[in-house]
Amino acid sequence: MIDLLVISPILVPLLTLIVCLIPRISAKTSDAISLTSAGVLLACVSWLLITVVSHGTLTLRAGGWAPPFGIVLVADTLSALMLWISAFVAFVVLIYGVRSGPDALSPGHLHVLIHGLIHGLMLGVNGSFLTGDLFNLYVWFEVMLISSFILMVREGHHSQLPGGLTYVLLNLLASALFLSGAGLIYGKLGTLNLADMAAKLGALQDPDLVNTSGALIFVAFAAKAALFPFHFWLPASYHRAAPAISALFAGLLTKVGVYALLRLFTLVFTPANGFSTTLILYLSMATMILGVLGAVAQYHIRRLLAFHIISQIGYMTAGLALGGELALTAVIFYVLHHIAVKSTLFLVGGVLEARTGSPDIRHHGGFYQSSPLLALCFLIPAFSLGGIPPLSGFWAKLNLLQAGIETGRWLFIATALIVGILTLFSMIKIWNESFWKAPASDHPRPATNTGGRPFLAMLSLCGLTLVFSLGGAFVFRLAQRAAGELADPSGYLDAVLKGGTL
Amino acid sequence: MNSLLLRIAARYLSWPLLVVSLWLLYRGHNLPGGGFIGGLLAASAFMLYELSGYGRPQRGFFSISPFFFMPVGLGVAVLSALPGLLGGAFMKGLWLPGFELPLLGKVHLGTPLLFDIGVYLTVIGFILLLADTLNDESS
Repeated sequence: MIDLLVISPILVPLLTLIVCLIPRISAKTSDAISLTSAGVLLACVSWLLITVVSHGTLTLRAGGWAPPFGIVLVADTLSALMLWISAFVAFVVLIYGVRSGPDALSPGHLHVLIHGLIHGLMLGVNGSFLTGDLFNLYVWFEVMLISSFILMVREGHHSQLPGGLTYVLLNLLASALFLSGAGLIYGKLGTLNLADMAAKLGALQDPDLVNTSGALIFVAFAAKAALFPFHFWLPASYHRAAPAISALFAGLLTKVGVYALLRLFTLVFTPANGFSTTLILYLSMATMILGVLGAVAQYHIRRLLAFHIISQIGYMTAGLALGGELALTAVIFYVLHHIAVKSTLFLVGGVLEARTGSPDIRHHGGFYQSSPLLALCFLIPAFSLGGIPPLSGFWAKLNLLQAGIETGRWLFIATALIVGILTLFSMIKIWNESFWKAPASDHPRPATNTGGRPFLAMLSLCGLTLVFSLGGAFVFRLAQRAAGELADPSGYLDAVLKGGTL
Repeated sequence: MNSLLLRIAARYLSWPLLVVSLWLLYRGHNLPGGGFIGGLLAASAFMLYELSGYGRPQRGFFSISPFFFMPVGLGVAVLSALPGLLGGAFMKGLWLPGFELPLLGKVHLGTPLLFDIGVYLTVIGFILLLADTLNDESS
């Protein structure tokens, strides 16, 4: 039964994808299948999270082959948390995006395929979170990316193709770099199992090997997580996809990159094994500043938000570079908070675009008066992102700053504070332009009725943000537990190499 | 495609190719071959048959749509992984007792072969869809 539980986050989307390939399913049926499957997935990962929290790390040996020869799936607290929040976001985005929304996922015959691809994306995301094998991680990443390539350019509009092309090319390049790094380290160690690699590297103490292959793999995942100087693909492409899809991308894709960095650079390429994290810290700081400066200059709402993703990714990787249990706790809390907040903001952006017929916030205005509920759905995540207490972003930033003070990284603290103020400034800019000022009179609005579903979606994500804010202590303890497992990987090694606790 | 020789030859070559592809599929567990290579060969049998007529056949075995092969193939592959759960681990190979058959010798049937069949069908579907799409683009 435990096997089935661990494999379920992969099995459920895979089966849904297969069902969506069956021809001549009506759009209505596919909506129902897709939503049901996302609900089942959410139930499965909730159960998995509860089991992991109460019983400890779970492992599954595919085919019964013992590591390091077979592929092992590992569900520790970090994996389970990431699985849970991505299943939640996917469910909510599907509620927003099914046919009756302001943004029907896709016209006519493509509709079923789009649902299939969304579940294909979830298949890749969940696989990446679960796998305990370096090459298998690459395979899941590719599953995720191939689905996202198609979703990004799904209408084949002229405007979508340049961004999509940049996205595809950069990701292919990153995959090639990843394979080079993995090849180097496999040539030396003869194993791809992460736990086995960690054990062998600990005994080998070869900083040259760790730094060369670590740097190659870091660049690969930095490109996928949109870290400076590999970030340019993100603001070029995200806002071109449909709002529901871009919300899913904004919430999940870059964070899978951050997860992979967290996993690999606390387990395999660690300072204890000779990896130098200084470069990561400086790149993160550059990312934070450049991302937010890009956001300040933008007027296209979802493009502005896309620049914010970059800036926030900088906070997360900076925490990874600071190292130590407190910093890792802060990073994990930050990732959870950011997924919830950013997906909400993209959905709000989608509704604003649908109602005004324009993505330019200078053409918006008056929504505080005409739709207070929408204003609320914007205010909660925007203030959270800006770091206003008592919202989740405040706790995330506070913990990160504490970790910075403990390690004496004053330059990082100064950067984080300045970037925080600029983040708040650009959120207030959207607030002023879209909600506060009088409706822009020179820009006629289409008569669209967005219906209730988007609000259900946005409010449930806002609810999640509030849970992270007010129930911060509980979530913080979970993050602390996950960070403890990362900081001291002996439990992970035991679970994988000697068999799980169950 | 106006060569009469090629068209007639292609028509008669398709069936033997299919048989060879099945043999490759079966021997693949311990020898070179398997679902992927078998699937490629079977797909070329389909394409050869298509070339021998004028476009996609309307009737008969070779008219089966790629959209049949892909979900069925993937479904079979996933199903082959599930019996392993009863035998101890997900995707664990379970085998029926071996028996003798003329021509094939000692026969072993089990879930790994089922998985290979799934790969075989998926590859046929994928290659056919690819060929159909390219064909549409060029005409």
